[in-house]
Amino acid sequence: MTYEVRIFLKDGLLDPAAVTIERALKRLQFSEVDKLRTGKVFLIETPANTPKARVEEMCAKLLANPVMERFEIREVKA
Amino acid sequence: MKNVGVVIFPGTNCDQETIRMYQSSDRFVVREIWYNDPLPTGFDLIFLPGGWSYGDTLRAGAIARFSKVMNGIIDHAKSGGLVIGVCNGFQILTEAGLLPGAIARNSSLRFRCEVVNCRVEPCNTPFFKGIKPGTVIPIPIAHGEGRYVADEKTLERMEAHGLVALRYCDTRNITSEKSNPNGSMRNIAGIVNREGNVLGMMPHPERRANPLVGGAEGLPLLTAWADA
Repeated sequence: MTYEVRIFLKDGLLDPAAVTIERALKRLQFSEVDKLRTGKVFLIETPANTPKARVEEMCAKLLANPVMERFEIREVKA
Repeated sequence: MKNVGVVIFPGTNCDQETIRMYQSSDRFVVREIWYNDPLPTGFDLIFLPGGWSYGDTLRAGAIARFSKVMNGIIDHAKSGGLVIGVCNGFQILTEAGLLPGAIARNSSLRFRCEVVNCRVEPCNTPFFKGIKPGTVIPIPIAHGEGRYVADEKTLERMEAHGLVALRYCDTRNITSEKSNPNGSMRNIAGIVNREGNVLGMMPHPERRANPLVGGAEGLPLLTAWADA
């Protein structure tokens, strides 16, 4: 099975790369962009029946820094 | 004589100037410590120098923080031993939870390599013994990820307990947005832990520790703790 982990800076923390990309999109006439955020994506293949809690542990211990980042985990089709 | 251990991770690149700086005084005996060995005993100070441990993969310091040597360093810090982390060393110390907050990408998205002014804050630590709070010291910086961040509650607690060690300022001692090279909250350039025995900072005082390279103003920041 495959888990997808997405990591974002916490709300309220400046994401300077996102600001730059957002400005570029607007310059290209995509005026409907209200807000853009950047993040990291990890695809983690595991043996079947690996509990989501294990992936949560991975995020808390290494993949995300809980001081400044938040994470989302979902199972995806490989 | 004080025993100083300088830790070398894969990608560390400020170890030799740090070792030379301590060796320039006969008060110090310096030894290198390899990241993949258990921490030897008998050190008064453990120094985590700058560089790119593990190529800054994932986040600066995130992987180095789990090196074999770190268990001993965490024990050393928890039992009151002195620890200094500069630049990547600071990032490793926050990742390890030995210092509050975290270090994010510079708000300018640029790698900043220049001399900046830092003000010594009234800070509760043995590291800045004899250095007058308010003293402004020019120190080089060289980082792309140096923006100090923490939640508001943590920042307030740090201010209340005197845990902010250094702030970016201008030559007139004013902490402005313009004098903040990386967007750090409250212009924070360096901090200590609650007990005062762990110090982390983004600027590189070891690169300002000899008149040959422009000045020695940074030297006391890293050596004052050893003064009698």
